[in-house]
Amino acid sequence: MTNHYLKRSIPDRAFDVFNIFIMLLLMIVMLFPFWNTIVVSFNDAIDSIKGSVSWWPRKFTFYNYANLFRTNKLINAFWISVSRTVLATVLNVFFSSLTAYILSRKDFILRKLMTVFLVATMYISPGLIPTYFNYKDLGLINNYLVYIWPAALGVFNVIVIRTFMNGLPESLAESAKIDGAGEFRIFLQIIMPLCKPVLATVALWVAVGAWNSWFDTYIFASSKQWLSTLQYEMMKLLSSSIIQSAQANPNAAATTRANTVTPMSIRAAITVVASLPIIFVYPFLQKYFVTGLQLGGVKG
Amino acid sequence: MSIPIIVYVFIFSYRPLKGLVMAFENYRPGKKVQEWVGWKNFGILFKDERFLRVIRNTICMSSLNLIFSFLFAILLAILLNELSNRHYKKLVQSVSYLPHFLSWIIVTGLVANFLSSDNGVINNALIQLGIIKDPVQWLAEPRLFWWIVAFSHVWKETGWNSIIYLATITGISPELYEAAYIDGANRFQRIKYITLPGIKSTVVILLIMNLGWILNAGFEVQFLLGNGIVSDVSETIDIFVLKNGISMGNFSLATAAGMFQTVVSIFMLTSANYVAKRLGEERLV
Repeated sequence: MTNHYLKRSIPDRAFDVFNIFIMLLLMIVMLFPFWNTIVVSFNDAIDSIKGSVSWWPRKFTFYNYANLFRTNKLINAFWISVSRTVLATVLNVFFSSLTAYILSRKDFILRKLMTVFLVATMYISPGLIPTYFNYKDLGLINNYLVYIWPAALGVFNVIVIRTFMNGLPESLAESAKIDGAGEFRIFLQIIMPLCKPVLATVALWVAVGAWNSWFDTYIFASSKQWLSTLQYEMMKLLSSSIIQSAQANPNAAATTRANTVTPMSIRAAITVVASLPIIFVYPFLQKYFVTGLQLGGVKG
Repeated sequence: MSIPIIVYVFIFSYRPLKGLVMAFENYRPGKKVQEWVGWKNFGILFKDERFLRVIRNTICMSSLNLIFSFLFAILLAILLNELSNRHYKKLVQSVSYLPHFLSWIIVTGLVANFLSSDNGVINNALIQLGIIKDPVQWLAEPRLFWWIVAFSHVWKETGWNSIIYLATITGISPELYEAAYIDGANRFQRIKYITLPGIKSTVVILLIMNLGWILNAGFEVQFLLGNGIVSDVSETIDIFVLKNGISMGNFSLATAAGMFQTVVSIFMLTSANYVAKRLGEERLV
């Protein structure tokens, strides 16, 4: 991009070819694991154990997926994952931008104080055990709300949105006020629509975070099966298979099982289901992800 | 309207802080009045060889992660910048950012699959090339664990980390490159004398900021890839807290360990911020 108008020398061209090749290699390294997982998820489970299924399914089957959604356990986990993601995203975007709006109002007297009150929480973390006891006091342990309440506001998101709001012209809110709009109406009908790009970014962060999280299930909700999420179900499968691959005799597992799913094939199928939403939305929303990073760099 | 928000933040971020007194108590669940033991738990911690080991693991793993993610991200940014086809550049960027958005569960699952001794891709390839005879149990090899963690980080985050360097490189004036070209500088000389000095200050500042997080090596990768055989090298401070607190019910000790980590981190982060700010100002002057 830097100097395409200049004539190129031979070493320059060699470098270009080399560079293109290296980048191709990089893309293969990034994509092959996914491709391989997709292939394994569509390959017959027993056949996969024999190995070297890498680029294309050898014995094509939908059975791994059919089996996945035959048990209620995973369908339920899927819905918990979806619902927590949607709820957390909606609430977090709304409350974070509301807070950001309050902090961006120049006429709010406690603005400075409240900013410090919020930003301090990004540095001072109480740690796992006090957090656990706090949730226990609040009755959130083994409760669906443990997925929702702690995710309803993000201080970092507030700062990012506020930085964006500070860039909006002051006169917009003023003229709306003169026209008789209340604060809440100004926020909902004037400010929020203008903040769409940054809100999209924050929504993506929250959604990806909620969809990907498993640790809260593990710590705060693991004794209720109905609260399990897709990621947590995967984690359980994963840890069993790591122990297997680290300790057990590898060849024994292959012959003893007569049924047609194996931990390997189930895991491949769940991996595909769990990463599909992200891989699917990613190409369309990529610009929001990246602009968000740049916005985050602007400290308020 | 700000009242409910303040109350919310208080309940979820400030209220748990009162739990930190547990670090100074001999906490037993169910007891009304807890026994006050002062600094005793911290004394126990620093005599505990397991705790010293998890500190070592944490520092070593975050240093390795830091070094490798920096090197690879900078390298990727430079190479991306040298690509002349914009569409190809865009494609490589998109592909390389993708793993950042996947959970560690998925990523460690892929890593475990690849390293599996049971027909894992790496083992199969090495056997076919005749480098090894029998499959290696990669994840059961304590010497390799830190490297596997560092490599997983590199795979997941290199693309994402390169964004900021690429943005800095794009900000370098094209005139510099033109002038260098006219003066007869070749590709490597232009990278060495223009691109690298151009991103130097960004690299230094990011490096300092990241050093502030040295005690936070995370726990997800280590927790997910770790197993009994490598636990001596795989456990970080976070896992120590998790194991002692949640699994073993040793709440006071775990709280003390967590508190140590938080206090050191706050100190490191504020000093890192301070140094970075000072450097940033110098750059502006």
